[in-house]
Amino acid sequence: MRLKIPTNFRIIRVPCTGKVDIIHILRAFEKGADGVYVVGCMEGDCHFNEGNFRARKRVEQAARVLEKIGVGKDRVRMYNLSSGEGPLFAQYSTEMVNRVKEMGPSPIRLARQQMAKKADAA
Amino acid sequence: MIIAEKKPIEEIIREVEAYDRILVLGCNECVTVCEAGGKKEVEVLASVLRMNFMAQNREKTIDERTLERQCDHEYLEEIRDVIDQYDAVISLACGVGVQFAAEKYMTTPVLPGVNTVCLGANEDRGLWTERCQACGSCVLARTGGICPVSRCAKRVLNGPCGGSTNGKCEISKDTDCAWQLIIDRLKALGKMDDYEIVAPVKDWSTDRAGGPRTVTREDVKI
Repeated sequence: MRLKIPTNFRIIRVPCTGKVDIIHILRAFEKGADGVYVVGCMEGDCHFNEGNFRARKRVEQAARVLEKIGVGKDRVRMYNLSSGEGPLFAQYSTEMVNRVKEMGPSPIRLARQQMAKKADAA
Repeated sequence: MIIAEKKPIEEIIREVEAYDRILVLGCNECVTVCEAGGKKEVEVLASVLRMNFMAQNREKTIDERTLERQCDHEYLEEIRDVIDQYDAVISLACGVGVQFAAEKYMTTPVLPGVNTVCLGANEDRGLWTERCQACGSCVLARTGGICPVSRCAKRVLNGPCGGSTNGKCEISKDTDCAWQLIIDRLKALGKMDDYEIVAPVKDWSTDRAGGPRTVTREDVKI
């Protein structure tokens, strides 16, 4: 299809979005990610019946806790599409990247950068 | 098992704000099963705390550890050699674990990370309900295996009371009348004759009324 997608995100493949746990999302933020989005199959089409519903719950949990600690709930999001919808994947990726760009860098990333600078100076 | 639920993250942050080196200490037993204080919850809480303080540019050490149990000496001893590295411990165990850790390590504050709720069962995914109040003298043999102490709002021992309507308790339409359940079960067991036996006044001295309780077993003491 040779679709254009942003280059500033990393795809982490999982067997099913049901494998994604809240800790995976949080660790990404802890390591400095500005945003995380989980792309699962269409609701009702999960091969394992409820994998994508589980993922949605975990994304919601992560959003709630990220909001409380000042990172922001909008930095994490769940999308659903079928495996045949490449163009939609590209569209969602662009949408998410633009949304994160609007919000700017995550406070965790900024703090990590500052810490690294301090360590370099010392 | 003992049912606990996570404390709100804001409350935990407030509790630990003043400390720089914090150990998040989980428990592999009941709180793991009710998804409130096991290894997984320790990882999540530690990560959230690290990010919270990082976002405020405050450098803190937040480590993770999960013990087999926090209500036994032998497992709590496992952190003796590292406890001095921390200014405070957030224990995700039930109230028993928090207190036992606190008793053992007198000079390190041990803070609760969960609210201990009750003794209950995992009725459904994400649903835990009370089944026992540890009253110290079990009446289940007489009540068809359904506990009027923990499941009747009034702890009535010869029920139901007048507040029972269509099998529900007057406190809430979602709460089953324990005595309706007892009668249904006694009927199913063909033991309705038992229902006619008036329960004597219960000795509540084995409950909390008699103060903190202990169990001493000379036969197992060494």
